[in-house]
Amino acid sequence: MVTIIDYGVGNLFSLVSSFAYIGEETKIESDPDAVRRAEKLVLPGVGAFGDAAEKLRATGLGEAVTEAAGRGAPLLGICLGMQLLFEKSYEYGEHRGLGLIKGEIRPIADVIPEGYLIPHMGWNDLVLTGLGERCPIFKNTKTGDHVYFVHSFYAAGCESNVAATAEYGAPLTAAVMSDGENVFGTQFHPEKSGDVGLGMLRAFAEL
Amino acid sequence: MKKKRIIPCLDVRDGRVVKGVNFKNLGDVDSPVSLAAKYSDAGADELVFYDITASAEGRKIFTDILAEAARNVFIPLTVGGGISSLSDFERVLNCGADKVSVNSGAIRDPSLIPEAAKRYGDQCVVISADVKRVGDGYRVFAKGGREDTGLEAIEWIRRCVGSGAGEVVVNSMDADGVKGGFDLPLLTLVCGAVSVPVIASGGAGTVQHFIDLFRKVPDVDAGLAASVFHFGEIEIRDLKRDLSAAGVPVRI
Repeated sequence: MVTIIDYGVGNLFSLVSSFAYIGEETKIESDPDAVRRAEKLVLPGVGAFGDAAEKLRATGLGEAVTEAAGRGAPLLGICLGMQLLFEKSYEYGEHRGLGLIKGEIRPIADVIPEGYLIPHMGWNDLVLTGLGERCPIFKNTKTGDHVYFVHSFYAAGCESNVAATAEYGAPLTAAVMSDGENVFGTQFHPEKSGDVGLGMLRAFAEL
Repeated sequence: MKKKRIIPCLDVRDGRVVKGVNFKNLGDVDSPVSLAAKYSDAGADELVFYDITASAEGRKIFTDILAEAARNVFIPLTVGGGISSLSDFERVLNCGADKVSVNSGAIRDPSLIPEAAKRYGDQCVVISADVKRVGDGYRVFAKGGREDTGLEAIEWIRRCVGSGAGEVVVNSMDADGVKGGFDLPLLTLVCGAVSVPVIASGGAGTVQHFIDLFRKVPDVDAGLAASVFHFGEIEIRDLKRDLSAAGVPVRI
């Protein structure tokens, strides 16, 4: 059973459908107490970092997720959900995140050469790091597999936690794993990445 | 490295996929749900579902079909056709669409694109323009290509992107359905005018047309087609293999 955190940001249809497709039950949850006790958690999200971080704080869900992750529950952040795992973001101002992984969210425009379109949108291939090679959610995934991205910001200053990168004029952080090896984040959308993405969700569901 | 996308388009009417020539003579093809799954398995990078029904009942059937497809296919889905308000965005996003493409709706109501972009993000809003050469220039047509809006196409597309559209589908009405190749001059103009991904639509007849598209208009991000895929004239798996062999970066 995977608990999907509902804090009013983004559309959960595809995420619920993809877990259903691989035979994993999901529960959409907005109650902090239930999130605190959950077996496995997914933190989704699209949109702006500041709004989302504020909603997590205001609902008490941010604190609940942090507690669940602290006791070792597997947690997967997807897209903006991955970015929220970090300490802070510089998307339209400066905002504090959950701080479960060390590092910060910066505009990709800072690192990619001119002529590259922003957002980085479309299919790109993954390069797994040493950490990624032993990352449990990548047990069905290898370097060269393609996944679907849509983002204008990326995670920086988190070198020791990077599990995969994608080349877009610069190696952008594509996935991360925490020091405790129970918190994972993907900048891409596994629920939109065909069989490769379903393989990751299956690996996460099996944790 | 980011890959060039191949996108089959499914025009849906009364629960079936249809495809005509030059926007007329619509013919019945297949069930959208099974076709979507087939294309995804073959390596399609994204799917477009286009609602060409006009009635309220037709719209309900369309959204049901969209949801059914989205429960079984896990690649990005763009939905267009009859999108004229934020509640239309909401309706299709709740059924599994990732992006919403607007056409006549944006012409009728100039605030639709900025408001949708503000609520759902630029990445969610696609401007789809039906473009036809008129005299020395290009014009935008509305209502499925039946009405000349008088708008100059490049200027119109630039304005839509400026107000929040995150992607552009350029459908060349001159090239559509006649399978003589993509409209490379028009696409070159559009790619030079905007800094968001441009999807080429209209004119695909052979694998070579796709190779020419990506070689001669290197900034174009994706190629979209319908009938050549629906009638099995081009198999997506073969197309992507041949593109790769020709040096075009694709997901295989």
